[in-house]
Amino acid sequence: INHIVHNGGLYKRPFNEAFEETPMLVAVLTYVGYGVLTLFGYLRDFMRQWKIEKCQNATEREEQKDFVPLYQDFENFYNRNLYMRIRDSWNRPICSVPGAKVDMMERVSHDYNWTFTYTGRVIKDIINMGSYNYLGFAQKAGACQEAAAKVLSQYGAGVCSTRQEMGNLDKHEELEKLVARFLGVESAMAYGMGFATNSMNIPALVGKGCLILSDELNHASLVLGARLSGATIRIFKHNNMQSLEKLLKDAIVHGQPRTRRPWKKILILVEGIYSMEGSIVRLPEVIALKKKYKSYLYLDEAHSIGALGPSGRGVVEYFGLSPEDVDVMMGTFTKSFGAAGGYIGGKKELIDYLRTYSHSAAYATSMSPPVVEQIITSVKCIMGEDGTTVGEARVQQLAENTRYFRRRLKEMGFIIYGNEDSPVVPLMLYMPAKIGAFGREMLKRNIGVVVVGFPATPIIESRARFCLSAAHTKEMLDTALKEINEVGDLLQLKYSRRRLVPLLDRPFDETTYEETED
Amino acid sequence: MDVKRSYLYWLFCQFELITCSYLMEPWEKVLFYSFNLAVAGLLLYTAYICVAFHLSLAFQLLWSFLGNPRENALSVVK
Repeated sequence: INHIVHNGGLYKRPFNEAFEETPMLVAVLTYVGYGVLTLFGYLRDFMRQWKIEKCQNATEREEQKDFVPLYQDFENFYNRNLYMRIRDSWNRPICSVPGAKVDMMERVSHDYNWTFTYTGRVIKDIINMGSYNYLGFAQKAGACQEAAAKVLSQYGAGVCSTRQEMGNLDKHEELEKLVARFLGVESAMAYGMGFATNSMNIPALVGKGCLILSDELNHASLVLGARLSGATIRIFKHNNMQSLEKLLKDAIVHGQPRTRRPWKKILILVEGIYSMEGSIVRLPEVIALKKKYKSYLYLDEAHSIGALGPSGRGVVEYFGLSPEDVDVMMGTFTKSFGAAGGYIGGKKELIDYLRTYSHSAAYATSMSPPVVEQIITSVKCIMGEDGTTVGEARVQQLAENTRYFRRRLKEMGFIIYGNEDSPVVPLMLYMPAKIGAFGREMLKRNIGVVVVGFPATPIIESRARFCLSAAHTKEMLDTALKEINEVGDLLQLKYSRRRLVPLLDRPFDETTYEETED
Repeated sequence: MDVKRSYLYWLFCQFELITCSYLMEPWEKVLFYSFNLAVAGLLLYTAYICVAFHLSLAFQLLWSFLGNPRENALSVVK
Protein backbone atom coordinates (compact mmCIF):
# COMPACT_ATOMS: atom_id res chain seq x y z
CA ILE A 1 0.00 0.00 0.00
CA ASN A 2 1.40 3.40 -0.87
CA HIS A 3 2.13 5.54 2.10
CA ILE A 4 0.21 8.74 1.54
CA VAL A 5 1.64 11.75 3.29
CA HIS A 6 -0.70 14.42 4.66
CA ASN A 7 1.74 16.60 6.49
CA GLY A 8 -0.58 18.67 8.64
CA GLY A 9 -2.18 20.42 5.69
CA LEU A 10 0.98 21.36 3.78
CA TYR A 11 -0.01 19.02 0.99
CA LYS A 12 -3.36 19.62 -0.68
CA ARG A 13 -3.25 16.32 -2.58
CA PRO A 14 -1.79 12.87 -1.85
CA PHE A 15 1.91 12.53 -2.56
CA ASN A 16 2.47 8.97 -3.80
CA GLU A 17 6.07 8.18 -4.29
CA ALA A 18 7.64 4.74 -4.16
CA PHE A 19 11.09 3.28 -4.71
CA GLU A 20 10.79 -0.45 -4.30
CA GLU A 21 13.86 -2.08 -2.86
CA THR A 22 16.09 -4.24 -5.04
CA PRO A 23 15.30 -7.93 -4.43
CA MET A 24 18.32 -9.63 -2.85
CA LEU A 25 18.59 -12.40 -5.45
CA VAL A 26 18.53 -9.87 -8.29
CA ALA A 27 21.27 -7.81 -6.66
CA VAL A 28 23.46 -10.91 -6.17
CA LEU A 29 22.94 -12.04 -9.77
CA THR A 30 23.73 -8.53 -11.03
CA TYR A 31 27.04 -8.61 -9.18
CA VAL A 32 27.70 -12.09 -10.65
CA GLY A 33 27.13 -10.69 -14.13
CA TYR A 34 29.41 -7.73 -13.51
CA GLY A 35 32.02 -10.08 -12.02
CA VAL A 36 32.08 -12.29 -15.12
CA LEU A 37 32.32 -9.25 -17.40
CA THR A 38 35.14 -7.79 -15.29
CA LEU A 39 37.11 -11.05 -15.54
CA PHE A 40 36.66 -11.12 -19.28
CA GLY A 41 37.62 -7.43 -19.35
CA TYR A 42 40.93 -8.24 -17.67
CA LEU A 43 41.48 -11.11 -20.13
CA ARG A 44 40.85 -8.86 -23.12
CA ASP A 45 43.08 -6.10 -21.72
CA PHE A 46 45.83 -8.68 -21.23
CA MET A 47 45.45 -9.87 -24.81
CA ARG A 48 45.46 -6.31 -26.10
CA GLN A 49 48.60 -5.46 -24.18
CA TRP A 50 50.47 -8.56 -25.38
CA LYS A 51 49.35 -7.92 -28.96
CA ILE A 52 47.41 -11.20 -29.22
CA GLU A 53 44.38 -9.12 -30.17
CA LYS A 54 44.20 -5.93 -32.22
CA CYS A 55 43.75 -2.87 -30.03
CA GLN A 56 40.94 -0.72 -31.35
CA ASN A 57 40.53 1.81 -28.58
CA ALA A 58 42.68 4.80 -27.79
CA THR A 59 46.03 4.08 -26.15
CA GLU A 60 49.16 6.06 -25.53
CA ARG A 61 51.81 6.20 -28.21
CA GLU A 62 54.86 3.91 -28.03
CA GLU A 63 57.09 6.76 -26.79
CA GLN A 64 54.64 7.57 -24.00
CA LYS A 65 54.30 4.07 -22.56
CA ASP A 66 56.61 4.97 -19.67
CA PHE A 67 54.66 8.09 -18.71
CA VAL A 68 51.85 8.21 -16.16
CA PRO A 69 49.18 5.91 -17.63
CA LEU A 70 46.12 7.64 -19.05
CA TYR A 71 43.61 4.85 -19.51
CA GLN A 72 43.95 2.71 -16.44
CA ASP A 73 41.16 4.09 -14.26
CA PHE A 74 37.79 2.41 -13.77
CA GLU A 75 35.90 4.66 -16.21
CA ASN A 76 38.16 3.73 -19.09
CA PHE A 77 38.09 0.04 -18.16
CA TYR A 78 34.30 0.18 -18.04
CA ASN A 79 34.24 2.04 -21.35
CA ARG A 80 36.30 -0.38 -23.38
CA ASN A 81 35.08 -3.63 -21.84
CA LEU A 82 31.48 -3.16 -20.77
CA TYR A 83 30.10 -0.12 -22.59
CA MET A 84 31.46 -1.24 -25.98
CA ARG A 85 29.46 -4.48 -25.82
CA ILE A 86 26.11 -2.71 -25.54
CA ARG A 87 26.96 0.50 -27.37
CA ASP A 88 24.46 -0.07 -30.15
CA SER A 89 21.57 1.01 -27.89
CA TRP A 90 22.83 4.60 -27.78
CA ASN A 91 23.59 7.33 -30.31
CA ARG A 92 21.07 5.89 -32.72
CA PRO A 93 20.66 8.31 -35.61
CA ILE A 94 17.09 9.44 -36.26
CA CYS A 95 16.04 11.01 -39.50
CA SER A 96 12.69 12.59 -38.86
CA VAL A 97 11.08 14.93 -36.34
CA PRO A 98 11.12 13.28 -32.86
CA GLY A 99 7.36 13.25 -32.39
CA ALA A 100 5.23 10.36 -31.20
CA LYS A 101 6.66 8.23 -34.02
CA VAL A 102 10.13 8.56 -35.43
CA ASP A 103 12.22 7.17 -38.29
CA MET A 104 15.59 5.69 -37.55
CA MET A 105 18.52 4.79 -39.74
CA GLU A 106 19.39 1.14 -39.53
CA ARG A 107 22.98 0.33 -38.70
CA VAL A 108 24.94 -2.87 -38.19
CA SER A 109 28.29 -3.63 -36.70
CA HIS A 110 30.54 -6.38 -37.95
CA ASP A 111 33.23 -6.04 -35.31
CA TYR A 112 31.14 -6.09 -32.14
CA ASN A 113 30.26 -2.40 -31.87
CA TRP A 114 33.69 -0.89 -32.49
CA THR A 115 32.54 0.49 -35.85
CA PHE A 116 29.09 0.85 -37.38
CA THR A 117 27.99 0.86 -41.00
CA TYR A 118 24.63 2.00 -42.31
CA THR A 119 22.70 -0.51 -44.35
CA GLY A 120 20.90 2.34 -46.08
CA ARG A 121 17.48 1.22 -44.89
CA VAL A 122 15.35 3.55 -42.80
CA ILE A 123 13.16 1.95 -40.12
CA LYS A 124 9.91 3.90 -40.25
CA ASP A 125 7.33 4.72 -37.60
CA ILE A 126 9.07 3.60 -34.47
CA ILE A 127 6.98 4.50 -31.40
CA ASN A 128 9.13 7.05 -29.63
CA MET A 129 9.23 6.46 -25.88
CA GLY A 130 12.49 8.26 -25.31
CA SER A 131 12.17 11.88 -26.48
CA TYR A 132 11.44 14.65 -24.00
CA ASN A 133 8.36 15.62 -25.90
CA TYR A 134 5.95 15.96 -23.00
CA LEU A 135 3.32 18.14 -24.66
CA GLY A 136 3.91 16.98 -28.20
CA PHE A 137 5.19 20.28 -29.60
CA ALA A 138 7.91 18.56 -31.63
CA GLN A 139 5.96 18.75 -34.87
CA LYS A 140 6.79 19.53 -38.45
CA ALA A 141 3.36 20.94 -39.28
CA GLY A 142 1.02 23.14 -37.26
CA ALA A 143 0.76 26.64 -35.88
CA CYS A 144 4.18 26.62 -34.20
CA GLN A 145 5.97 25.47 -37.31
CA GLU A 146 4.25 28.05 -39.53
CA ALA A 147 5.05 30.89 -37.17
CA ALA A 148 8.67 29.75 -36.88
CA ALA A 149 8.97 29.53 -40.68
CA LYS A 150 7.60 33.06 -41.05
CA VAL A 151 10.07 34.43 -38.50
CA LEU A 152 12.88 32.50 -40.20
CA SER A 153 12.11 34.25 -43.49
CA GLN A 154 11.99 37.58 -41.63
CA TYR A 155 14.98 37.41 -39.27
CA GLY A 156 17.14 34.60 -40.63
CA ALA A 157 18.62 31.88 -38.47
CA GLY A 158 21.72 33.44 -36.93
CA VAL A 159 21.97 36.26 -34.41
CA CYS A 160 25.75 36.74 -34.60
CA SER A 161 26.13 38.47 -31.28
CA THR A 162 25.65 38.21 -27.54
CA ARG A 163 22.72 39.62 -25.57
CA GLN A 164 24.74 42.50 -24.22
CA GLU A 165 26.14 43.59 -27.58
CA MET A 166 24.00 43.47 -30.71
CA GLY A 167 22.02 40.27 -30.12
CA ASN A 168 19.07 41.61 -28.16
CA LEU A 169 16.14 41.25 -30.56
CA ASP A 170 12.62 42.50 -29.94
CA LYS A 171 11.61 38.84 -30.13
CA HIS A 172 13.69 38.16 -27.02
CA GLU A 173 11.96 40.96 -25.12
CA GLU A 174 8.56 39.63 -26.20
CA LEU A 175 9.53 36.12 -25.13
CA GLU A 176 10.73 37.25 -21.72
CA LYS A 177 7.58 39.20 -20.97
CA LEU A 178 5.50 36.19 -22.05
CA VAL A 179 7.49 33.75 -19.93
CA ALA A 180 7.20 36.05 -16.89
CA ARG A 181 3.45 36.20 -17.36
CA PHE A 182 3.24 32.41 -17.86
CA LEU A 183 5.12 31.67 -14.64
CA GLY A 184 3.51 34.39 -12.55
CA VAL A 185 6.78 36.14 -11.70
CA GLU A 186 7.85 39.74 -12.12
CA SER A 187 10.48 39.26 -14.78
CA ALA A 188 12.33 36.57 -16.71
CA MET A 189 15.37 36.14 -18.89
CA ALA A 190 15.96 33.55 -21.62
CA TYR A 191 19.25 31.92 -22.61
CA GLY A 192 20.30 29.92 -25.64
CA MET A 193 21.16 26.67 -23.85
CA GLY A 194 19.55 25.00 -20.84
CA PHE A 195 22.77 23.50 -19.47
CA ALA A 196 24.50 26.88 -19.76
CA THR A 197 21.62 28.57 -17.93
CA ASN A 198 22.40 26.56 -14.81
CA SER A 199 26.15 26.39 -15.02
CA MET A 200 26.66 30.04 -15.91
CA ASN A 201 24.12 31.69 -13.63
CA ILE A 202 24.73 29.96 -10.31
CA PRO A 203 28.27 31.45 -10.18
CA ALA A 204 26.70 34.88 -10.71
CA LEU A 205 24.33 34.39 -7.78
CA VAL A 206 26.59 32.86 -5.13
CA GLY A 207 30.30 33.03 -4.44
CA LYS A 208 32.86 32.28 -1.73
CA GLY A 209 31.46 32.53 1.77
CA CYS A 210 28.04 31.25 0.67
CA LEU A 211 26.59 27.83 1.28
CA ILE A 212 24.91 25.65 -1.32
CA LEU A 213 22.69 22.79 -0.17
CA SER A 214 22.16 20.55 -3.14
CA ASP A 215 20.16 17.37 -3.55
CA GLU A 216 22.05 14.10 -3.94
CA LEU A 217 20.72 13.42 -7.42
CA ASN A 218 20.97 16.86 -8.98
CA HIS A 219 21.75 17.22 -12.64
CA ALA A 220 25.31 17.73 -13.91
CA SER A 221 24.56 21.34 -14.88
CA LEU A 222 23.60 22.24 -11.30
CA VAL A 223 26.64 20.45 -9.92
CA LEU A 224 28.93 22.20 -12.40
CA GLY A 225 27.42 25.60 -11.63
CA ALA A 226 27.76 25.01 -7.89
CA ARG A 227 31.40 23.95 -8.22
CA LEU A 228 32.27 26.87 -10.51
CA SER A 229 30.85 29.36 -8.05
CA GLY A 230 33.40 28.59 -5.34
CA ALA A 231 30.80 28.32 -2.58
CA THR A 232 30.81 25.53 0.01
CA ILE A 233 28.61 22.66 -1.14
CA ARG A 234 26.79 20.29 1.18
CA ILE A 235 24.65 17.42 -0.08
CA PHE A 236 21.41 16.25 1.47
CA LYS A 237 19.78 12.90 0.79
CA HIS A 238 17.45 12.70 -2.14
CA ASN A 239 14.12 14.40 -1.35
CA ASN A 240 14.74 13.87 2.35
CA MET A 241 13.47 16.86 4.30
CA GLN A 242 14.86 15.69 7.64
CA SER A 243 18.35 15.58 6.15
CA LEU A 244 17.90 19.06 4.68
CA GLU A 245 16.66 20.46 7.98
CA LYS A 246 19.61 18.96 9.83
CA LEU A 247 22.02 20.59 7.40
CA LEU A 248 20.25 23.92 7.70
CA LYS A 249 20.33 23.79 11.49
CA ASP A 250 24.04 22.94 11.46
CA ALA A 251 24.72 25.75 9.03
CA ILE A 252 22.92 28.36 11.12
CA VAL A 253 24.34 27.17 14.43
CA HIS A 254 27.96 26.62 13.42
CA GLY A 255 28.40 29.10 10.59
CA GLN A 256 31.43 28.99 8.28
CA PRO A 257 33.93 26.20 9.00
CA ARG A 258 36.94 27.95 10.46
CA THR A 259 35.90 31.47 11.39
CA ARG A 260 32.38 30.63 12.65
CA ARG A 261 31.01 33.70 10.89
CA PRO A 262 27.43 33.45 9.58
CA TRP A 263 27.06 32.37 5.98
CA LYS A 264 26.52 35.21 3.52
CA LYS A 265 23.79 33.31 1.67
CA ILE A 266 22.33 29.84 1.88
CA LEU A 267 21.00 28.54 -1.44
CA ILE A 268 18.99 25.32 -1.73
CA LEU A 269 19.24 23.67 -5.17
CA VAL A 270 16.43 21.30 -6.09
CA GLU A 271 14.82 20.09 -9.27
CA GLY A 272 11.11 19.87 -10.07
CA ILE A 273 11.20 16.35 -11.49
CA TYR A 274 14.36 14.28 -11.22
CA SER A 275 14.74 12.67 -14.61
CA MET A 276 16.51 9.48 -13.55
CA GLU A 277 14.17 8.64 -10.68
CA GLY A 278 10.90 10.15 -11.78
CA SER A 279 10.42 11.68 -8.36
CA ILE A 280 8.89 15.07 -7.65
CA VAL A 281 10.46 17.42 -5.11
CA ARG A 282 8.59 17.96 -1.84
CA LEU A 283 8.13 21.61 -2.57
CA PRO A 284 5.73 22.63 0.28
CA GLU A 285 8.18 21.30 2.86
CA VAL A 286 11.20 22.86 1.16
CA ILE A 287 9.46 26.24 1.11
CA ALA A 288 8.44 25.91 4.75
CA LEU A 289 12.07 25.12 5.68
CA LYS A 290 13.39 27.94 3.53
CA LYS A 291 11.15 30.45 5.29
CA LYS A 292 11.97 29.12 8.73
CA TYR A 293 15.75 29.24 8.25
CA LYS A 294 15.82 32.31 5.97
CA SER A 295 17.56 30.82 2.96
CA TYR A 296 17.04 31.05 -0.79
CA LEU A 297 15.55 28.48 -3.14
CA TYR A 298 16.69 27.71 -6.70
CA LEU A 299 14.19 25.47 -8.44
CA ASP A 300 15.21 23.78 -11.68
CA GLU A 301 11.99 22.93 -13.50
CA ALA A 302 13.63 21.41 -16.57
CA HIS A 303 11.32 18.41 -16.74
CA SER A 304 8.33 19.70 -14.81
CA ILE A 305 7.44 22.95 -16.61
CA GLY A 306 4.55 22.24 -18.95
CA ALA A 307 4.26 18.68 -17.66
CA LEU A 308 2.81 19.18 -14.17
CA GLY A 309 -0.02 21.25 -12.86
CA PRO A 310 -3.60 21.62 -14.09
CA SER A 311 -2.65 24.27 -16.62
CA GLY A 312 0.92 23.20 -17.22
CA ARG A 313 2.67 25.87 -15.17
CA GLY A 314 4.96 23.46 -13.40
CA VAL A 315 5.55 22.02 -10.00
CA VAL A 316 4.62 25.24 -8.14
CA GLU A 317 1.12 25.08 -9.56
CA TYR A 318 0.97 21.30 -9.02
CA PHE A 319 1.27 21.86 -5.26
CA GLY A 320 -0.92 24.96 -5.28
CA LEU A 321 1.81 27.27 -4.01
CA SER A 322 2.64 30.83 -4.90
CA PRO A 323 5.50 31.47 -7.34
CA GLU A 324 6.68 34.34 -5.14
CA ASP A 325 7.93 31.83 -2.57
CA VAL A 326 10.53 30.47 -4.95
CA ASP A 327 13.41 32.92 -5.29
CA VAL A 328 14.88 31.70 -8.56
CA MET A 329 12.67 29.70 -10.91
CA MET A 330 14.74 28.15 -13.65
CA GLY A 331 13.52 25.97 -16.48
CA THR A 332 14.29 24.83 -19.98
CA PHE A 333 12.40 25.11 -23.22
CA THR A 334 13.80 21.84 -24.53
CA LYS A 335 11.36 19.45 -22.94
CA SER A 336 7.79 20.66 -23.10
CA PHE A 337 8.03 23.44 -25.65
CA GLY A 338 9.82 21.65 -28.47
CA ALA A 339 12.61 24.20 -28.76
CA ALA A 340 16.01 24.75 -27.14
CA GLY A 341 17.20 27.02 -24.40
CA GLY A 342 16.55 27.92 -20.79
CA TYR A 343 15.08 30.70 -18.71
CA ILE A 344 15.35 32.15 -15.24
CA GLY A 345 12.41 33.91 -13.60
CA GLY A 346 12.17 35.88 -10.40
CA LYS A 347 12.02 39.36 -8.97
CA LYS A 348 12.85 42.30 -11.22
CA GLU A 349 16.01 43.23 -9.29
CA LEU A 350 17.34 39.69 -9.59
CA ILE A 351 16.80 39.47 -13.33
CA ASP A 352 18.25 42.94 -13.94
CA TYR A 353 21.31 41.87 -11.98
CA LEU A 354 21.61 38.70 -14.07
CA ARG A 355 21.30 40.67 -17.28
CA THR A 356 24.46 42.50 -16.34
CA TYR A 357 26.49 39.93 -14.45
CA SER A 358 25.64 36.53 -15.94
CA HIS A 359 28.37 34.86 -18.01
CA SER A 360 25.79 33.58 -20.42
CA ALA A 361 24.45 37.06 -21.14
CA ALA A 362 27.90 38.52 -21.62
CA TYR A 363 29.56 35.81 -23.70
CA ALA A 364 27.03 33.40 -25.16
CA THR A 365 25.21 33.99 -28.40
CA SER A 366 21.55 34.72 -27.87
CA MET A 367 18.73 32.49 -28.99
CA SER A 368 17.97 32.01 -32.65
CA PRO A 369 14.76 33.81 -33.80
CA PRO A 370 12.82 30.78 -35.20
CA VAL A 371 13.43 28.95 -31.91
CA VAL A 372 12.16 31.99 -30.00
CA GLU A 373 9.04 32.08 -32.13
CA GLN A 374 8.44 28.35 -31.55
CA ILE A 375 8.55 28.98 -27.81
CA ILE A 376 6.27 32.02 -28.03
CA THR A 377 3.70 30.10 -30.03
CA SER A 378 3.81 27.05 -27.81
CA VAL A 379 3.53 29.08 -24.59
CA LYS A 380 0.56 30.98 -26.01
CA CYS A 381 -0.97 27.65 -27.00
CA ILE A 382 -0.56 26.24 -23.49
CA MET A 383 -1.99 29.38 -21.90
CA GLY A 384 -4.93 29.29 -24.30
CA GLU A 385 -4.23 32.74 -25.72
CA ASP A 386 -4.28 31.60 -29.32
CA GLY A 387 -8.01 31.10 -29.03
CA THR A 388 -8.11 27.29 -28.97
CA THR A 389 -8.21 24.74 -26.18
CA VAL A 390 -5.42 22.69 -27.74
CA GLY A 391 -2.96 23.50 -24.97
CA GLU A 392 -5.31 22.57 -22.17
CA ALA A 393 -6.27 19.36 -23.98
CA ARG A 394 -2.59 18.43 -24.31
CA VAL A 395 -1.86 18.99 -20.62
CA GLN A 396 -4.81 16.81 -19.68
CA GLN A 397 -3.88 14.15 -22.22
CA LEU A 398 -0.38 13.98 -20.75
CA ALA A 399 -1.76 13.54 -17.24
CA GLU A 400 -4.09 10.77 -18.42
CA ASN A 401 -1.33 9.03 -20.35
CA THR A 402 0.95 9.21 -17.30
CA ARG A 403 -1.60 7.67 -14.94
CA TYR A 404 -2.64 4.96 -17.38
CA PHE A 405 0.87 3.94 -18.36
CA ARG A 406 2.19 3.82 -14.81
CA ARG A 407 -0.83 1.89 -13.55
CA ARG A 408 -0.57 -0.70 -16.31
CA LEU A 409 3.17 -1.21 -15.84
CA LYS A 410 2.77 -1.62 -12.09
CA GLU A 411 -0.02 -4.15 -12.61
CA MET A 412 2.20 -6.15 -14.94
CA GLY A 413 4.72 -6.52 -12.15
CA PHE A 414 7.66 -4.34 -13.14
CA ILE A 415 9.54 -2.26 -10.61
CA ILE A 416 8.77 1.37 -11.44
CA TYR A 417 10.41 4.21 -9.53
CA GLY A 418 9.05 7.62 -8.81
CA ASN A 419 5.93 9.62 -8.21
CA GLU A 420 2.53 8.64 -9.60
CA ASP A 421 2.18 11.91 -11.50
CA SER A 422 5.53 12.26 -13.17
CA PRO A 423 5.67 11.63 -16.93
CA VAL A 424 9.18 10.18 -16.57
CA VAL A 425 8.85 6.44 -15.94
CA PRO A 426 12.00 4.50 -15.00
CA LEU A 427 11.65 0.72 -15.28
CA MET A 428 14.34 -1.19 -13.43
CA LEU A 429 16.50 -3.66 -15.34
CA TYR A 430 19.46 -4.20 -12.95
CA MET A 431 21.53 -6.72 -14.93
CA PRO A 432 24.02 -5.50 -17.53
CA ALA A 433 23.08 -8.05 -20.21
CA LYS A 434 19.44 -7.05 -19.89
CA ILE A 435 20.31 -3.42 -20.66
CA GLY A 436 21.56 -4.38 -24.11
CA ALA A 437 18.92 -7.06 -24.60
CA PHE A 438 16.04 -4.72 -23.69
CA GLY A 439 17.17 -2.00 -26.09
CA ARG A 440 17.63 -4.46 -28.95
CA GLU A 441 14.41 -6.41 -28.39
CA MET A 442 12.33 -3.25 -28.19
CA LEU A 443 13.88 -1.96 -31.42
CA LYS A 444 13.06 -5.29 -33.12
CA ARG A 445 9.43 -4.68 -32.11
CA ASN A 446 9.54 -1.11 -33.46
CA ILE A 447 9.64 0.77 -30.17
CA GLY A 448 12.46 3.15 -29.36
CA VAL A 449 13.46 3.32 -25.71
CA VAL A 450 16.31 4.90 -23.80
CA VAL A 451 18.21 2.56 -21.48
CA VAL A 452 20.49 4.00 -18.85
CA GLY A 453 23.35 2.38 -16.98
CA PHE A 454 26.44 3.41 -15.10
CA PRO A 455 27.63 6.22 -14.72
CA ALA A 456 24.30 8.00 -14.97
CA THR A 457 22.83 5.65 -12.35
CA PRO A 458 24.38 3.56 -9.54
CA ILE A 459 26.11 0.52 -10.99
CA ILE A 460 23.54 -2.11 -10.11
CA GLU A 461 20.47 0.06 -10.66
CA SER A 462 20.35 0.32 -14.41
CA ARG A 463 16.99 1.17 -15.89
CA ALA A 464 14.97 1.88 -19.00
CA ARG A 465 13.46 5.34 -18.94
CA PHE A 466 10.19 6.04 -20.74
CA CYS A 467 9.17 9.65 -21.42
CA LEU A 468 5.47 9.96 -22.06
CA SER A 469 4.03 12.49 -24.40
CA ALA A 470 0.69 14.14 -25.02
CA ALA A 471 1.18 13.10 -28.65
CA HIS A 472 0.93 9.42 -27.72
CA THR A 473 -2.55 8.11 -28.39
CA LYS A 474 -4.03 5.32 -26.31
CA GLU A 475 -3.51 2.84 -29.16
CA MET A 476 0.19 3.66 -29.28
CA LEU A 477 0.48 3.22 -25.52
CA ASP A 478 -1.40 -0.08 -25.70
CA THR A 479 0.91 -1.37 -28.43
CA ALA A 480 3.93 -0.26 -26.44
CA LEU A 481 2.58 -1.88 -23.26
CA LYS A 482 1.89 -5.14 -25.07
CA GLU A 483 5.45 -5.24 -26.39
CA ILE A 484 6.90 -4.30 -23.01
CA ASN A 485 4.88 -7.13 -21.47
CA GLU A 486 6.26 -9.59 -24.01
CA VAL A 487 9.83 -8.45 -23.59
CA GLY A 488 9.38 -8.45 -19.81
CA ASP A 489 8.33 -12.11 -19.92
CA LEU A 490 11.11 -13.01 -22.34
CA LEU A 491 13.82 -11.35 -20.25
CA GLN A 492 12.25 -12.02 -16.82
CA LEU A 493 12.05 -8.36 -15.82
CA LYS A 494 8.99 -8.59 -13.58
CA TYR A 495 10.82 -8.36 -10.28
CA SER A 496 8.17 -6.59 -8.23
CA ARG A 497 6.95 -8.34 -5.12
CA ARG A 498 4.06 -5.88 -4.75
CA ARG A 499 5.35 -4.87 -1.39
CA LEU A 500 5.83 -1.15 -1.77
CA VAL A 501 8.03 0.34 0.92
CA PRO A 502 6.27 3.04 2.95
CA LEU A 503 8.07 6.36 3.05
CA LEU A 504 9.80 7.48 6.21
CA ASP A 505 7.43 9.71 8.12
CA ARG A 506 9.14 9.95 11.46
CA PRO A 507 12.02 12.14 12.64
CA PHE A 508 15.39 11.48 11.09
CA ASP A 509 18.09 10.76 13.64
CA GLU A 510 21.59 9.37 13.51
CA THR A 511 20.43 5.76 13.78
CA THR A 512 18.26 5.68 10.67
CA TYR A 513 20.12 5.41 7.44
CA GLU A 514 17.71 3.54 5.20
CA GLU A 515 14.16 4.24 4.30
CA THR A 516 13.41 0.56 4.70
CA GLU A 517 13.98 0.15 8.41
CA ASP A 518 11.00 -0.66 10.59
CA MET B 1 8.16 -32.35 -26.32
CA ASP B 2 8.27 -29.14 -28.31
CA VAL B 3 7.04 -27.18 -25.29
CA LYS B 4 9.70 -28.76 -23.11
CA ARG B 5 12.41 -27.93 -25.65
CA SER B 6 11.34 -24.29 -25.91
CA TYR B 7 11.18 -24.07 -22.10
CA LEU B 8 14.72 -25.41 -21.86
CA TYR B 9 15.80 -22.94 -24.51
CA TRP B 10 14.18 -20.11 -22.54
CA LEU B 11 15.99 -21.31 -19.40
CA PHE B 12 19.26 -21.30 -21.32
CA CYS B 13 18.51 -17.74 -22.46
CA GLN B 14 18.01 -16.69 -18.85
CA PHE B 15 21.37 -18.25 -17.93
CA GLU B 16 22.95 -16.35 -20.80
CA LEU B 17 21.43 -13.06 -19.63
CA ILE B 18 22.34 -13.48 -15.98
CA THR B 19 25.96 -14.44 -16.58
CA CYS B 20 26.26 -11.90 -19.43
CA SER B 21 27.38 -14.52 -21.93
CA TYR B 22 24.68 -12.95 -24.16
CA LEU B 23 27.13 -10.08 -24.67
CA MET B 24 30.24 -12.13 -25.33
CA GLU B 25 31.87 -12.85 -28.65
CA PRO B 26 31.71 -16.51 -29.80
CA TRP B 27 35.23 -17.45 -28.73
CA GLU B 28 34.60 -15.93 -25.29
CA LYS B 29 31.41 -17.96 -25.03
CA VAL B 30 33.31 -21.16 -25.89
CA LEU B 31 35.87 -20.38 -23.20
CA PHE B 32 33.23 -19.51 -20.61
CA TYR B 33 31.00 -22.52 -21.27
CA SER B 34 33.90 -24.98 -21.30
CA PHE B 35 35.12 -23.57 -17.97
CA ASN B 36 31.59 -23.82 -16.56
CA LEU B 37 31.10 -27.38 -17.80
CA ALA B 38 34.49 -28.44 -16.43
CA VAL B 39 33.67 -27.03 -12.99
CA ALA B 40 30.17 -28.54 -13.06
CA GLY B 41 31.59 -31.92 -14.08
CA LEU B 42 34.10 -31.88 -11.23
CA LEU B 43 31.39 -30.96 -8.76
CA LEU B 44 29.15 -33.80 -9.96
CA TYR B 45 32.03 -36.29 -9.72
CA THR B 46 32.88 -35.18 -6.19
CA ALA B 47 29.24 -35.33 -5.20
CA TYR B 48 28.92 -38.83 -6.67
CA ILE B 49 31.93 -40.16 -4.75
CA CYS B 50 30.93 -38.45 -1.52
CA VAL B 51 27.31 -39.42 -1.61
CA ALA B 52 28.00 -43.03 -2.61
CA PHE B 53 30.50 -43.45 0.22
CA HIS B 54 28.21 -42.01 2.87
CA LEU B 55 25.19 -43.91 1.58
CA SER B 56 27.03 -47.22 1.78
CA LEU B 57 28.06 -46.43 5.34
CA ALA B 58 24.52 -45.47 6.26
CA PHE B 59 23.11 -48.72 4.77
CA GLN B 60 25.58 -50.87 6.72
CA LEU B 61 24.53 -49.13 9.93
CA LEU B 62 20.91 -49.74 9.12
CA TRP B 63 21.47 -53.46 8.38
CA SER B 64 23.24 -53.94 11.68
CA PHE B 65 20.38 -52.32 13.61
CA LEU B 66 17.90 -54.64 11.94
CA GLY B 67 19.50 -57.62 13.62
CA ASN B 68 21.96 -58.77 10.99
CA PRO B 69 25.22 -58.24 12.76
CA ARG B 70 27.94 -57.72 10.28
CA GLU B 71 31.47 -58.77 11.10
CA ASN B 72 33.28 -55.64 10.12
CA ALA B 73 35.18 -52.96 11.93
CA LEU B 74 32.50 -50.39 11.35
CA SER B 75 29.80 -52.22 13.26
CA VAL B 76 28.46 -50.18 16.14
CA VAL B 77 26.17 -52.76 17.73
CA LYS B 78 27.57 -54.26 20.90
